[in-house]
Amino acid sequence: MIASLGLILLCQLIGEIAVREFGLPIPGPVIGLVLLFVLLLGRDRIALLRQGPLQAGGVEQASEGMLAHLSLLFVPAGVGVVQQLDLVAEHGVAIFLILILSAGVTLLVTTVTFLATSRLLARKRSAG
Amino acid sequence: MTGNPFALWVYLSQTPLLWLTVTLLVYAAADAVSLATHRNPLANPVLHSVWVIGAILLLTGTPYPKYFDGAQFVHFLLGPATVALAVPLYENRKTVLSAVVPMLVALVAGSITAIVSIVLLAEAVGLPRGVVLSLAPKSVTAGVAMGVSESMGANPSITAIAVVLTGIMGAIIVTPLMNRMHITDFRARGFAVGLTSHGIGTARAFQVDTVAGVFAGVAMSLNALLTSLVVPVLVTLLVR
Repeated sequence: MIASLGLILLCQLIGEIAVREFGLPIPGPVIGLVLLFVLLLGRDRIALLRQGPLQAGGVEQASEGMLAHLSLLFVPAGVGVVQQLDLVAEHGVAIFLILILSAGVTLLVTTVTFLATSRLLARKRSAG
Repeated sequence: MTGNPFALWVYLSQTPLLWLTVTLLVYAAADAVSLATHRNPLANPVLHSVWVIGAILLLTGTPYPKYFDGAQFVHFLLGPATVALAVPLYENRKTVLSAVVPMLVALVAGSITAIVSIVLLAEAVGLPRGVVLSLAPKSVTAGVAMGVSESMGANPSITAIAVVLTGIMGAIIVTPLMNRMHITDFRARGFAVGLTSHGIGTARAFQVDTVAGVFAGVAMSLNALLTSLVVPVLVTLLVR
């Protein structure tokens, strides 16, 4: 468990260092994600990697535990709204409405694009 | 007992313990309510935790930085949780790979829609430039969005609120919207809510359907990557 958490933090740390050293436009945790993904793929091919948290579902369990309560992690940032009460008083209604509208449009565009593309592919496959 | 309740309050308000405890307990209660209402979208645990804790802070006159001293231990986990998304991505790589083309096309379309729509709408209603920039990365997970916001010289704390609001609202509207549109493909539904509403949407998707949850998690990680690359470019094109 401790080693698994350590590995997750290590991936993030390497990501953060890479971002700062090379001035990358991507956030550190995203590089950490890619790194952990590559490690998991690598472990299936290279025996040398198959130890510590990368065996017997170690890092998997730690990750699933963290992701099971993902929405809790957004609470402290959300409570930050108490710092922006002036902004809320001035533009709160407008911001609220445009965020809902934007979320609705994004949901629809994403779904329709996904379905249209997979139908197009299926049709091409059955025609070819 | 010291006999002086004020002295006790002074002690408690100085330690991170109090607000960390409050955060966890209020969330646990909100989550229990959500479970008791069979995961009704309106009983969203983040929504109700935020206003309850916000009200407690205002009533006790506690400044946010004092609250954050305790809550930072929870907030900190956003970074590691982003890294942890590699695991569902890895475990479902076959399902993901079988739908890789529709996903990538939908990712690009959805990610650009999320950014362009909010920037255009924000400019249309005449929000100040700093607020427009802060809203732009609102569809990705808080840690990433705040980083993007900071690198553009916008206000990360406004971004954080926009991120949480977008997450909550996407999670509330997705199920009724998709049912009304008669969309039954849970891959598409999950992917859309993960892209739009990051972790809060992903948590919602897992409540509805496992396949939807997996696709939401994938969408959330892919969008974190794409949005962090695309926001600075689109914003320079769109914002005067």
